[in-house]
Amino acid sequence: MNVRLYLWQRGTAAVMAPMILVHLAVIFYATHRGLTAADILARTRGSVAWALFYGIFVLAAAIHAAIGVRNVLDEWSPLKGRRAGLAAIGLGTVLLLLGWRAVAAVVAP
Amino acid sequence: MADQRSDLTASLWRGGRDGAYASYRVPLRENQTVLDVVTWIQRNLDTTLAYRFACRVGMCGSCAMTVNGRPRWTCRTHVSKVLRGGRIEIGPLRNLPVIKDLVADMRPFFEKWQQAKGAFRPSQTRQDAIAPIRSDSAERLAADAAIQCINCGVCYAACDTVRWNPAYLGPAALNRAWSLVNDVRDAGNAERLAAVAADGGCHSCHAHQSCQEYCPQALNPTASIAGLKRRTAQAFLKGEIKP
Repeated sequence: MNVRLYLWQRGTAAVMAPMILVHLAVIFYATHRGLTAADILARTRGSVAWALFYGIFVLAAAIHAAIGVRNVLDEWSPLKGRRAGLAAIGLGTVLLLLGWRAVAAVVAP
Repeated sequence: MADQRSDLTASLWRGGRDGAYASYRVPLRENQTVLDVVTWIQRNLDTTLAYRFACRVGMCGSCAMTVNGRPRWTCRTHVSKVLRGGRIEIGPLRNLPVIKDLVADMRPFFEKWQQAKGAFRPSQTRQDAIAPIRSDSAERLAADAAIQCINCGVCYAACDTVRWNPAYLGPAALNRAWSLVNDVRDAGNAERLAAVAADGGCHSCHAHQSCQEYCPQALNPTASIAGLKRRTAQAFLKGEIKP
């Protein structure tokens, strides 16, 4: 870990913290109101706001998790240094692609 | 001289990395330190026992060892405090190579002090007037809080991150760097902040606080490292360092 990665990890955490609260509030709202999948999709499809919200969240989560996993690999696995970094970049890329794919599935018109 | 009432069993690490513990019977005295036990064994039972000490009064930081699994300064650790069922186990400091018996190789520890730019870099010459430093200034108070380190290596041996990450500079070196960062007479901070902000520097610390828990001087290296994290982050965002 160095200062650059440290700031990226803390920065993405700061971005995600309020977004998680919004996300939880949305879950409570949807379940409390008894919204069906069709109701939810009707609200999210074509919505630039929801696309931006979850798109940014996925990006922040992918960066945050990749840095954390790099640290875990570097300290606790045989993968050290550059190899740990490459593995973490791979994981972050997979998270990003899967996450954005999921976002696209609910916001694409 | 205290009364000699009975014995204790001391298990001492013998040999190098592949050594083993050997047991010795030592007279138990009313007032006795762990270092006294080791010295008694070396003088009375086995003169080949290797260990390190100097001042015997908690100033030099030479005699730190692992006592019953915990790193301690042995000259100030009373046997009565650590004896368990009449037994005591004494080994070399962890996280450092073993030279022989109870002697750990301190070179990695001190090399990291150098890497963390732990040497004072003067900003003035002896021809300049003595810099007036207020003892109650914020910088001086921060430096004073970190300055009483005796280089014993206890925090280094106690640190999980040192164990997991051989490149990590460790609590003592970073604590030293923090005391110098707050020393207004020092001129080496740009280089020092870059050194402690690189891989293996202050941001590798997980804040487990073992250093603070075990430091015989009751210092708080975790707080010093937190200070370095803040200061290096500010310097990085201002473009002053490029790790």
